[in-house]
Amino acid sequence: MTITEERVQAPPPSPPPAKVSDRLHHERRLGLRLSAPAFIVMILVTAYPLGYAVVLSFYKYRLTDPDGRQFVGLQNYLTVLTDPVWWSAVTTTAIITLVSVAIELVLGFGFAWVMYRIVRGRSFVRTAILVPYGIITVVSAFVWRYAFQLDSGFVNQWFGLGEFNWFGERWSSLFVITLSEIWKTTPFISLLLLAGLVQVPGELLEAAKVDGASAWQRLWKVVLPNMKAAIMVAVLFRTLDAWRIFDNPFVMTGGANETETLSFLAYRQNVTLVNLGAGSAISVLLFVTVVLIALMFIKGFKTDLSQVRGDED
Amino acid sequence: MDGRKTSNWWTVWGVVILLWAAFPLVWMLSLAFKDPATFRSGEASFFPAEWTWTNFETVFSDDLFTSALRNSFGIAVIATAISVVIAMFAAYAIARLDFRGKKLLLSMALGIAMFPQAALVGPLFNMWRGLGIYDTWIGLIIPYLTFALPLSIWTMSAFFRQIPWEMEQAAQVDGATAWQAFRKVIVPLAAPGVFTTGILTFFFCWNEFLLAISLTSTDQARTVPAALSFFTGASQFESPVTAVMAASVVVTIPVVILVLVFQRRIVAGLTAGAVKG
Repeated sequence: MTITEERVQAPPPSPPPAKVSDRLHHERRLGLRLSAPAFIVMILVTAYPLGYAVVLSFYKYRLTDPDGRQFVGLQNYLTVLTDPVWWSAVTTTAIITLVSVAIELVLGFGFAWVMYRIVRGRSFVRTAILVPYGIITVVSAFVWRYAFQLDSGFVNQWFGLGEFNWFGERWSSLFVITLSEIWKTTPFISLLLLAGLVQVPGELLEAAKVDGASAWQRLWKVVLPNMKAAIMVAVLFRTLDAWRIFDNPFVMTGGANETETLSFLAYRQNVTLVNLGAGSAISVLLFVTVVLIALMFIKGFKTDLSQVRGDED
Repeated sequence: MDGRKTSNWWTVWGVVILLWAAFPLVWMLSLAFKDPATFRSGEASFFPAEWTWTNFETVFSDDLFTSALRNSFGIAVIATAISVVIAMFAAYAIARLDFRGKKLLLSMALGIAMFPQAALVGPLFNMWRGLGIYDTWIGLIIPYLTFALPLSIWTMSAFFRQIPWEMEQAAQVDGATAWQAFRKVIVPLAAPGVFTTGILTFFFCWNEFLLAISLTSTDQARTVPAALSFFTGASQFESPVTAVMAASVVVTIPVVILVLVFQRRIVAGLTAGAVKG
């Protein structure tokens, strides 16, 4: 670094401003150089393929018929958007997302509260809660599937449901899919909420208590408003994560009975059917839905992303 | 007296959470030890009538599973190592330096963390076949790097902010260059954060399923989650249920060990990365 050289070479009355700007210049270059690999790796596998998907989406292109590739303009988008399969996937994804995020928020807050207040066995609970977080989603999907499946499961026997086939129809399938999703991801949301909870000033709670506020009032008037940022961030993260759900429906139903989600549809069109034209249109539309949800949170609900981004201020 | 009573109640709730987390695991274990031929005969009881190791023998004698285990470990470890190194530089720059592009880097990381991977499987599938890296380790490592980096960068920059940077300045005053100060002073201080980031990144790669089934087709690079979804058991006449559970038990063991040993760090890492503490 230049400072050392200057210390040796520069005469004592060297002007400090020049030194500062020199240092700043160096800092900028070092900063860019250090973050360049991260920039490159992140762009390489997202921006370029996404651009490629946009291009492909304007073509009729199947890998089974590579010579039949031809420019069709917006035809693929029209086909997708008028297809009930797309709208069924949108509905399925939306239902799973709304239900799982809503339940996880309540459950996760409960968990966070317990972890916050518990004295004996605190680290035990935190360890236990991390197991669903770390477990492979496909494994979680199999475990829950086999619990409900007719030949292997115990659920029907325990609840006296006889021969009820959980995976034989849409709503019961979605129930099991959502259950697995909730079991696996509540820990994440509860840890984010716990981080918000510990930041609620203790004096405020004490003051409210002294003023005679009930536990319920303290929760709604003091605790929740003070952790609004953490809640919004947790909800945004989980919503976008749930919106991409793929593993659970893939393992449990294979998309049968209208349980196909958007990610699943994109996968099936692109990889299974190698229908890259329409598949790319679905990819682009899926990306657009994610952007719309993110915008809704950031503009609509004023979610403060500087917290997540880790900006200094 | 009252305080102790309340504290007992919280412990009861803690036990409820414990059961909630452990119950599916117990079910997984129980199914994994059931006899594959008779597990569904009679009443489908929760615990096995007879405990047997057969399923574990089945999965370990199956090339599909053993090669998947090898692929999963190899790919996850390599992707984690590279991701952590790249993120380490970026996180240092974010936590420590003032430069244009910092906001862009953070926003981009955030955007990619939310990016729907399914939107990329089509183009990647096609590109990877063109490049000849379809169904190879490197073909999975590259996208894993991309999607693990945001997590690595946040978690690590959050840790790096807590480092007493005066020590770096002190080293620089003593004549060390910025690079030396980084390497000799900061790296040892930053090691715990780097390590925690590594665990979280490993979980991500160990878990990933969508890209794994989209970009592989054979034993050559198929990872455990992908292999599990194709697993058919010892023979086609036998139900794969118990064998799949045995394989699941095997791949859950590393997760449980990491969680048990590094619980405190993982919690710190998860919360530090997402919400400024």
